Amino acid sequence: MTILINETTKVIVQGMSGRIGQFHTADMMKNNTNVVGGVVPGKGGETFLDRPLFNTVREAVEATGAEASLVFVPPPFAADAIMEAADAGIKTAVCVTDGIPAQDMMQVKRFLRRYPENRKMRLIGPNCAGIISPGRGFMGIMPPHIYMPGRVGIVGRSGTLGYEAASQMKALGIGVSTSVGIGGDPVNGSSFRDILQLFEADPETDAVVMIGEIGGPQEAEAAAWVREHMSKPVVAYIAGLSAPKGRKMGHAGAIVSAFGESAQEKVEILTAAGITIAPNPSAIGATVAQVLGRRAAA
Amino acid sequence: MDIHEYQAKEILAGFGVPVPRGGLAYSPEQAGYRARELGGSAWVVKAQIHSGGRGEAGGVKLCRSPEEVQDYAQTLFGRQLVTKQTDANGKGVYRLWVEAASEIRQELYLGFVLDRKSERIMIVASAHGGMEIEDLAESDADSLRRMVIDPAVGLVPFQARELAFSLGLRGGQIAQMVNVLTACHRAYRELDATMVEINPLIINGSGDLVALDAKMSFDTNALYRRPEVAELRDRSQEDPRESMAGDYGLAYVGLDGDIGCIINGAGLAMATMDMIKLAGGEPANFLDIGGGASPERVVRAFRTVLTDRNVQVILVNIFAGINRCDWVAEGVVKAYREVGMTIPVVVRLAGTNVEEGQRILAESGLPLHTADTLAEAADIAVGLRQKRAA
Repeated sequence: MTILINETTKVIVQGMSGRIGQFHTADMMKNNTNVVGGVVPGKGGETFLDRPLFNTVREAVEATGAEASLVFVPPPFAADAIMEAADAGIKTAVCVTDGIPAQDMMQVKRFLRRYPENRKMRLIGPNCAGIISPGRGFMGIMPPHIYMPGRVGIVGRSGTLGYEAASQMKALGIGVSTSVGIGGDPVNGSSFRDILQLFEADPETDAVVMIGEIGGPQEAEAAAWVREHMSKPVVAYIAGLSAPKGRKMGHAGAIVSAFGESAQEKVEILTAAGITIAPNPSAIGATVAQVLGRRAAA
Repeated sequence: MDIHEYQAKEILAGFGVPVPRGGLAYSPEQAGYRARELGGSAWVVKAQIHSGGRGEAGGVKLCRSPEEVQDYAQTLFGRQLVTKQTDANGKGVYRLWVEAASEIRQELYLGFVLDRKSERIMIVASAHGGMEIEDLAESDADSLRRMVIDPAVGLVPFQARELAFSLGLRGGQIAQMVNVLTACHRAYRELDATMVEINPLIINGSGDLVALDAKMSFDTNALYRRPEVAELRDRSQEDPRESMAGDYGLAYVGLDGDIGCIINGAGLAMATMDMIKLAGGEPANFLDIGGGASPERVVRAFRTVLTDRNVQVILVNIFAGINRCDWVAEGVVKAYREVGMTIPVVVRLAGTNVEEGQRILAESGLPLHTADTLAEAADIAVGLRQKRAA
């Protein structure tokens, strides 16, 4: 089953004809993704990469039955594009865009709350690598060949560190059910906890790797949820043990500004919740192997 | 992006927050002139730097005559002021704010921040201001009042009244506080701030609220639509290497070690720094080359890292998704030749177009050290560093 995306998911791309949108949409189609169309205001009626273009998301949904949208729209217009997708009935939107103003995202989060649970859109990102169910489709910018299909879920803020984890696992013969990048912004669509809930409910996922970093309360929230509700083993790595306090490390959200937000404090909180910590970023694969081995033996 | 106190006061005053009368000075003579212009018998001279803790560091003084103002200004101009929030180099003082002294009956704390838990603007306030919020949270946590604002409706007056009463304000102060809160909230929203802080917000001799200090930070992602904020940027307050890197589209943070890092992605950059530390080394910097990096951007990354003279070894770690290993490899080769590299360079490439990237490195004939994994790259870099030290 995987989570969020598989080969049957009907995907549209907002901003498909841009340079980046075009390159990655072609890559997605090459890798089994069921791309049914694109949205580019003003280009409705044209065809691009053998797919129909629409002026609005609503038209695209009505014509194709699209359930998911990948947003490749520049920062000043990205919040608008996300809200358009939500209103048109898209179930899952992934926004790759880096550099969206924080207040725009506050507005987006508030907007998403106007819809009842059964038609509320799930947003992944922004400022993320996207989501991939290896061999079965992806929405985003990741290099699909580094992932091996399998039964371990990955959820992380950082795109490239997620790649690092997936490739270490592949080298050890461990495959991935779905990998989800939640992005590095301070206000983001889905939290670690949201994605862990999906993995817990997914029969094709046996264990989860969670890749956090300094800054923000979401790792601690996830830890509390794992302690109470998660039956599957969780392995975690937190980046930034050597990061100085009060300095923003690249991601807008990667800054230690409150108690419990340093890497060391997060490691302690996660450990206390029964999560197995990968001691360093090169040991993520090996730690997963160890945990899976223990589970098989038990 | 941070701005100076006097700029924050001007902005907030424009939204209706009462601030003391004052004037800006670029020289000691001008500071003395400002004092005479303001009149009265006492003035506060405040160094304008992008840092808190100025008082303890000797950057704020109460003066009793225009001559004293000028003499004190003389000692401040051009000085590097080191506070507990700056690094050891401190921040240069090139502007002073001279203000009519206020009589202080009570100091309150007022801050507006982005609360990451609720993902909304949160007001933090206390009847006991004057000290840093971190210290306040530790020593007097019970005095802190917090209030979250719904972005759909904004700050509702009853919330502001509730907060004002809970801080022990009375009479006309309630309406004044509602006005201050509304003004700060509007400034935060309309200018894409990430932080507004008035500390202290005082009750003066006449029983009125006045913002004695002010701090604002802004969302750099929103500067494109706030040109009036963007022009308040003061490069003299930034680390020159960090602002140069920013102009090149690189995220750079200088650190104390000697292994220079060139990485793609903030998370991988932090992880690589952690790995260097674990291998027994110290990273010289955080550097994220961003997505879709051209060979030229990679060359600029090398130039940025090499401005730090402590750097003994450079470690390049790229896991390409939206990036391309062949472009990065071209950039490494180009940088090596252009800057006349005299220190060892370790390169680890993975992801999109990795074979092509490795071929470019191998065919360059340059004495590059290559690694297949993150752990191997860190070990080689730290080993080379130790060899150079021996």
